[in-house]
Amino acid sequence: MSNTKVNDSKSSFGAKVLRGNLLYTLISIAVGFIVGAILLQIAGISAGEAYGKLITGVFGKPKFIVWSIVYASPIILTGLSVAFSFQTGVFNIGAEGQYVVGTLAACVVGVFLKLPAVIHIPLCLIAAAVAGGLWSMIVAVLKVKRGINEVLSFIMFNWIAYYLSNYAVNIPALHTDGNSEATKDIMDSAKMMITNESLQEVMGSGASYNILVAVLAAVVIAFILNRTTLGYKLKAVGFNRHAAEYGGINSNREILTAMSISGALAGVGGACQLMGMGMRISQFSAQESFGFQGITVALIGSTNPIGCIFAGLFYGAMKYGGTKLSLVNAPSEIVNIIMGTIIFFIAISHVFRRLLLGHAGKKNAGNEGGTK
Amino acid sequence: MFLRNLGLLINATMTYTPPLLLAALGSCFSERSGVINIGIEGMMTIGAFVGASMALTCGNPWIAFLAGGLAGALFGLLHAIACVSCQADQTISGTAVNFLAPGLAVFLSKAIYDGSSDTPAIDISMKLPKVFDGIFPVGSFWNNVLSNYSVAYLSLILVAVIWFVFYKTRFGMRLRAVGEAPEACDTLGINVYRVRYICVILSGFLSGLGGAYITLATVNQFRPIIVVGQGFMAIAAVIFGKFKPQGALLACLLFGFCNGVKVLATSSNVISPNLISMIPYIVTILALVLFVGTARVPAANGKPFQKAK
Repeated sequence: MSNTKVNDSKSSFGAKVLRGNLLYTLISIAVGFIVGAILLQIAGISAGEAYGKLITGVFGKPKFIVWSIVYASPIILTGLSVAFSFQTGVFNIGAEGQYVVGTLAACVVGVFLKLPAVIHIPLCLIAAAVAGGLWSMIVAVLKVKRGINEVLSFIMFNWIAYYLSNYAVNIPALHTDGNSEATKDIMDSAKMMITNESLQEVMGSGASYNILVAVLAAVVIAFILNRTTLGYKLKAVGFNRHAAEYGGINSNREILTAMSISGALAGVGGACQLMGMGMRISQFSAQESFGFQGITVALIGSTNPIGCIFAGLFYGAMKYGGTKLSLVNAPSEIVNIIMGTIIFFIAISHVFRRLLLGHAGKKNAGNEGGTK
Repeated sequence: MFLRNLGLLINATMTYTPPLLLAALGSCFSERSGVINIGIEGMMTIGAFVGASMALTCGNPWIAFLAGGLAGALFGLLHAIACVSCQADQTISGTAVNFLAPGLAVFLSKAIYDGSSDTPAIDISMKLPKVFDGIFPVGSFWNNVLSNYSVAYLSLILVAVIWFVFYKTRFGMRLRAVGEAPEACDTLGINVYRVRYICVILSGFLSGLGGAYITLATVNQFRPIIVVGQGFMAIAAVIFGKFKPQGALLACLLFGFCNGVKVLATSSNVISPNLISMIPYIVTILALVLFVGTARVPAANGKPFQKAK
């Protein structure tokens, strides 16, 4: 939806801003922080102090910024996954499961193979992409061939992936020799860590370059969507399936392709988390929610791949900053509340648009959101 | 021995079905009226917290149970404002609820209970009562079969009541019609907005009750991960049950049964509990592929309705 160019040469800059998504996203973010502040104050916690900690927790030291970016990378990828599916009119609520199987595949390749890093890292990423892609493709086949509602099967597959991962963690060959409920660490050659000591001194020992994978993926996806026949077909199916079929596009095949690519992206997100942050898979006690955070990122980024980078960085910073809130006795859940409020207001943003644009925006208002 | 195990299995099924069933019945209301509600998971979580918290405050499990429902209804109202009045994308609004409600639940828990994300344990006297308890000797077959939480029976009765409402009352006919052809209903003078508001709020209320059941019966405290996907399971049950309350009942019993098998099999330690945990999800997929096929989704499901001016 953000890709539909406004070809109105008469429209001024102001009208463009009013019609675009950015203004409403920024308003939603502001409302999110205001709601969060009100809640904090009601709970007897100083909002200024909490937000201050959030800001210094992210920007206070170079290594904090690096950590925020490391946190952001997997979320950017799950965000891309969801955004890509939105563009084709599918709602990938299964990014969570694809992320998990991606992590698992990368972990198996990362633990058992001994290779030079130049081959090992790409191989792990490919394994994760294939695993995530296949996981999503099963759901796509069920949808296309048997007409089974993808939201339902995505949710089922999320939980199957969740238990599969917990099962794998306990397989003796993969289980760590130590006492923790986790897998062995992946080989050093599979870690995406910055090992240069002078760089580490500035950026901290947790510095990883997994962001490069995320940014590269975003650029590739933006290219596919905007500059290739495939992207054109996918968007045509997302925009109006019947019209696309009338135009000679095999919509079933495009949906299959789109869902596989979307799954692959989420899978790579899992690999990025494993190879840049986690180094091992721990037993889950609850879903890690990277897939659901991806939905948020896709929405804040207006389902635009490049927008997802910034939205993901924002989410990563909030998530990392949130871990420091306990230092000022503020619950880190305030981050979820702020994020939820932001999504809520993005969901109803066309109401503000209608108000600001007057009657001009009314015609398009019904199409906003565009996930169906 | 077989009889005893069967009794335990039935007991476990009856213990794990009610939260799913209550939420699924809620989901039926919402989906049939044309509003997708994937916020059920979040509504259950806030219901679970408010239920536990109220039980600790006032000591009466039934008031706590209702309070849990009301908390869910509040988020139902929020979802309705976005989806019905503002014609928002329903899946997105539901996702927002899934961030907001659990976030708020844990936030409140930390604010009230000295920074702890878990509430203190509820005293046994504050738990929802069991009925038919003590008629048969403890451990006997009939005691296992019949001695269940009262809410388990209540939820079964509710299925019948809601079936009646759906198919035998004017409101039920209207809510089904609104989910199929809102424009036609509007022409006939039915207030589409009002019907959808009632249905979405009811879905929140029932989900909240389901969540409160978890903290007031099966687990006697609130923890952030207490709902673990049961809200999503409930949605799956509704699609599985072809959007009918009686269909949802069967699907929920199946899921509850699988859950029961899981709990019993885990204690026997033969197969990995993680593999057993996958069964309900795989069974659902297989059943859809082999037997059920496509559920006919209400025609206006997910489509915002805007009244013509």
